[in-house]
Amino acid sequence: MSQQERREAAVRRLLDAGGPAPVPHDLHTDAVRRGAVLLRRRTVLRRLGWLLLLAAVLAFAVWAADAQPWTEPPSRTTPPLTRW
Amino acid sequence: MRERQAVQQARRAREFEAFVAGAAGRLLHAATLLTGERPGADPRARALLTGALATTYASWDRLRGEDPYDRTRTALVVRFARSAWRRPRAHEGPLARLSPQERLVLVLRLYEGVAEEQAAALLGLPVERVRALSARAVAAVLRPPRGPAPSPAQPPAAPTALGKAAPS
Repeated sequence: MSQQERREAAVRRLLDAGGPAPVPHDLHTDAVRRGAVLLRRRTVLRRLGWLLLLAAVLAFAVWAADAQPWTEPPSRTTPPLTRW
Repeated sequence: MRERQAVQQARRAREFEAFVAGAAGRLLHAATLLTGERPGADPRARALLTGALATTYASWDRLRGEDPYDRTRTALVVRFARSAWRRPRAHEGPLARLSPQERLVLVLRLYEGVAEEQAAALLGLPVERVRALSARAVAAVLRPPRGPAPSPAQPPAAPTALGKAAPS
């Protein structure tokens, strides 16, 4: 055992002194309550995100159906041929 | 759907309670070492641990084989590191004279037995720095610098007495 290992072992004993602390009763209850709040908030955020995505898709579909950007726009540069 | 959710919730509550019953004592001891509070009068350590446990509870269904103890310890360390710059000095406990970073390294390496490389990754420091901090912290704990220092034979008792005198 080297000098350093012996010193580290001494510090380890010092840190272990007192052992595991007695856990207060309300710690578990508090943790569960706050964890549930976090979980609920995460669920709400996820739902909001999906809703936003759905709204965006719907808006795009409505716009596309109306504007039909895939059809060729009528030409405006050539004057219509009316007289031969 | 609703029924499945209820079953999952009940399972989560059961597993989490068992986990807390097994792990909270050790984690709370680590937290009091970090914050430098006396066991029993440790509001800051309790708050840190409650927050860390809450994040573990929230991600319980998505752990996928990851160790909940490791995850809670990581959350605890991150929370402590984030709040430590506001209160740099501990008052009591065996690590009262160390800086928050030295306390973190010492608790992770020696109390929790985390490997040097992992501790370095967790703290965002180079491994050499962790090694140096650890050596310095060990030296500081074993050899109190000056004043009416406690003899190395009984260090846990004396810093408590010092800490009691300080706040008044």
